[in-house]
This record gives sequence, C-alpha cells and structure tokens, in this order.
Amino acid sequence: MESMVGRMAKVVVVTSGKGGVGKTTSSAALGAALAQTGQKVALVDFDVGLRNLDLIMGAERRVVFDLVNVIHGDARLCQALIRDKRLPALSLLAASQTRDKDALTHDGVAQVIADLRAEFDWIICDSPAGIERGAMLAMRFADVAVVVVNPEVSSVRDSDRIIGLLDSRTCRAERGETVDKRLLVTRFDPARAAKGEMMSIDDVLEILAVPLLGIIPESLDVLSASNLGCPITLHRPASPPARGYAEAAQRLLGEELPVRAPAAQRRGFMSRLFGKAA
Amino acid sequence: MYAERSETRPTSADSVEARAAASPPALSQIAVRGRSVLALVVAPEAPLDDWLAALDEHLASAPNFFAGRPVIADLSATHAGVADPAPVLQALSALAVRNIKLIGVEGIDPALLSHTLWNRLPTMLRGREAPREVKRGRASQGRAAQPSACSLIIDRPVRSGQSIVFEGGDVTVIGAVASGAEVVAGGSIHVEGALRGRAIAGVTVGETARIFCRRLEAELVAIAGRYRTAEGWGDELQGRPAQARCERGQLQLTALE
Repeated sequence: MESMVGRMAKVVVVTSGKGGVGKTTSSAALGAALAQTGQKVALVDFDVGLRNLDLIMGAERRVVFDLVNVIHGDARLCQALIRDKRLPALSLLAASQTRDKDALTHDGVAQVIADLRAEFDWIICDSPAGIERGAMLAMRFADVAVVVVNPEVSSVRDSDRIIGLLDSRTCRAERGETVDKRLLVTRFDPARAAKGEMMSIDDVLEILAVPLLGIIPESLDVLSASNLGCPITLHRPASPPARGYAEAAQRLLGEELPVRAPAAQRRGFMSRLFGKAA
Repeated sequence: MYAERSETRPTSADSVEARAAASPPALSQIAVRGRSVLALVVAPEAPLDDWLAALDEHLASAPNFFAGRPVIADLSATHAGVADPAPVLQALSALAVRNIKLIGVEGIDPALLSHTLWNRLPTMLRGREAPREVKRGRASQGRAAQPSACSLIIDRPVRSGQSIVFEGGDVTVIGAVASGAEVVAGGSIHVEGALRGRAIAGVTVGETARIFCRRLEAELVAIAGRYRTAEGWGDELQGRPAQARCERGQLQLTALE
C-alpha cells in the first residue's frame, strides 16, 4: 500500500507495551534530535483519547486538526501538521483527545503514513501503551521499532510481548521482511543497578535479545523539560539524558557509536530475585 | 485445485446421487479428502463419581486441556457388558456438562445410544493408539522420505505471549523461551537458551519425552500431564542447564553438568 516514491522515508514506531516507561518523552526527544541534524521529521501521536505528545512538544495551544480529522477527511494533512517554532524541520500530527481508538482505521492510517513518507525523512509514531487497536496500528507500517524499556521485570516482559508482535503483526512481517528493532533503556540508574536493586543492562539485553539503541539515565532534567513543553535535547542539550538521545538519533542515522555501558555489576538483579525465592 | 473443487461442490447429498446415476463419471470429480488428526481418548471408569472427581481435579489445573481438541469416549469400562444404557448416558452427560466435545464413542453396542441425544455420534471409529502409530509410520515410510516430519526447529527466541504447539514430534528452540511464552510438543523439547516460560512435552509420545534447557528459569515444566512449577525445584537447579524426565510416574529434574 505505502508508496516508496520520492525520498527514502523511514517509519519508526516508539513502543513498549507497558505505560509510563517514557515512550512519549523518547518520541519527542528522538524526533527533535533527528531534526537538529537537519532531517525532516514528523511526529505522529497515536494515543487517541489520551494524547500527550502535544504537551511534551509545547504545542497544545496550536492544535486545530488532528490525526482522526485527517483520517475522516475533515481536514487535509497539511492543515493538521503543526510545525515546531524552534525547529522548522520538525512537525507534529496530534492525536484527538475527544475520540477513542476505534476512530483509527487501517486504511486511513495507511494513507496518512503514505502521504507523510512523501514529505518527510522520518515519521515517528508515538504508540499508546497496551496491545490494543491504537498500539497495533502505530506499529503496523513501521520499518524501525524503538522498544522503550525500563530496567524492571514487568517492563521487560511487556517489551518481549511487543517484540513478538512486531515480528508477526506488522506489514513488514506479513511480507516476510523484518522490522529493525532497537532497544532504548530509559530511567536507568547506574547506582541502583550496581547495588542489584534494578536489572542491569546485561540482564535486559540477555532476555530481550535485541540490539541496544541507547541508555537514557534517570534524570530530573527530563521532568522539567516535559513540564516546559520542550524536548530535552533542546532544553538542556548538555545534560546526560539529552546526550543519550542525541547519540541514539545518530545511531538511527546509521552511525556506529559504541553504547557506553555502565561498570559491570558483581551480582545482577535476577540472581538476587531468585536467590531470595524458593 | 481450488477451481476444481468449486466446480464439483455438490449442493446436497441427493443431487450427488442423482447425478451419479445419470452420468457415472461425474462421481470421479468429487474430491473427498482424508485427514488424520490426533484425538484424545477419555475412558470413564467405575465408580463414575470417583473418576469424575479425578477429571475435575485435572481440569482445575489445566482448564483448556480439552479445548478445541477432538475427543473420543471409550465407554467399554462404563457399561460393563450390561444392556442397561443408564451408566453410559450418565457418563456422556457428565462429559457434556464439562464442555468436552465428543467426535465419537467406542467400546459399546451402538444400539445402547439409539433414541437418545447421542445417537448421531459415530460408533465405528477405527484408529490406533498414538505412540504406536507414530512408530509404524516412521518404519513404513523410511527415514529419508520425510526426515523433518518428526521435529520442529524454531530459529528465534519465543517471545512472551507466543505459543508454539507441535504435536508431531520434538521441538528445538534456538534462543530463549520468554516468561509468559509456552512450547507444547508431542515429543521432547530442547531449548538452546534460557527456558523462562512453560514447556509442555510428551503430549503424543507420553512419558518417554524429556525437556532439556541450557538455563532452567521456567515457570512450569510438564511431561505427559505431570507438571512442576518453579516452586517445585530448588535453588541448586535454578539458572543451570537441566533436564526433566518421567521416572516411575514422577517428574524428575536434574542438572546437566
């Protein structure tokens, strides 16, 4: 369905299964970081009914038309796209807050994605939590999946479920191709991981068996950036999380940057967990 | 193939016979396919109440055991040669109440079921017990003919929420079986990685099946209906290469080192 004419656009889904792990923050930060390198980026919020991306981007007062309006033919795509005032290469397609996820149709989303491919280098789809309709449609047309995971067992298991769905329920999977899956570990606290109070990066990678896109350390800067409506890579470019996102964006662009892993731990979270049980 | 089938699809049994009488060659076009499926056989025993209690216990631990599977009732022990259909009907209704859907009955005189709810169930099913059938099939076909028919190799990790079901033989997984995933095999299960989900082996071959894994972190292992959860083995096995097998009706887990 999706035409590949014109530029070689990449559709990225930012997904996780579990809620509250940092999908929207990561979508905004990766989108801004890519736009800061000169790429044309469209951020699409698929969380119909619980939209947040417009707030994180500081565009909540500029939303006139949204994704559902475009799908239903009430507005043209160019009317609904909101161009960022700080980064002209970055545009936002907001979700509708007043509708529910059934307002998204497969063919409608396919058409919007196809139209965006003709205009942008990167289309970043911010998935809702869960594995219901909104999340399935957000991943449906993806070429690349950024799986956001927190270093704790429930997040890791939900991400594993999502990776299974990416391998079976996407257009690429149904054509016999694969979605390029990358792991973005967020809210990582090296000190707690060293004490075994949190899963280590090695534990997470061992379970999920997906290449690492980046590690974003836990930081109050992320919270203040969200409250200000400014992606962290614009708000505090020198902060550790902003550097993490900027490097992740460079890896998405194909650069081979080593991921700086924190020091190795003596005893992992998993062994502690199972050491106690029995 | 599809076109041919749609051309010859009969509208009713009567019209097929009529056409066959008028022009005999037409019959040869009707495609009737044979299919062999694996059916589960339940054999209620006397006293029925005790047997049903055991069945209920089994269903409580595995509610979906019979779901979607063809089931045959072997009633030879139920009617015990008497002409009274009451115990047979009691057994059949007890199975129906538990939502076990029968495709046939065996071991009784079909006349016992006439004028009852069950009179349309096939009673002349001919089949062989599964383990024997598997062995014979292999011997007569020759090993070279279908070398892959008895094993399934999964070349990627089995993710949470995924279910691999292969009743035809052994399953080998190159990678981990995640927490919340399950592998069900007719024969043995080999996990060349960490087993963190469920492994259910021996669905077809029974107690001769085994489960092997590089790292035992499973939620549940089962062979031929005998199962253990992670609480059932100690710290000394957790995280180690291990095998599970049946020994004198007991599920045994041992380290492989």
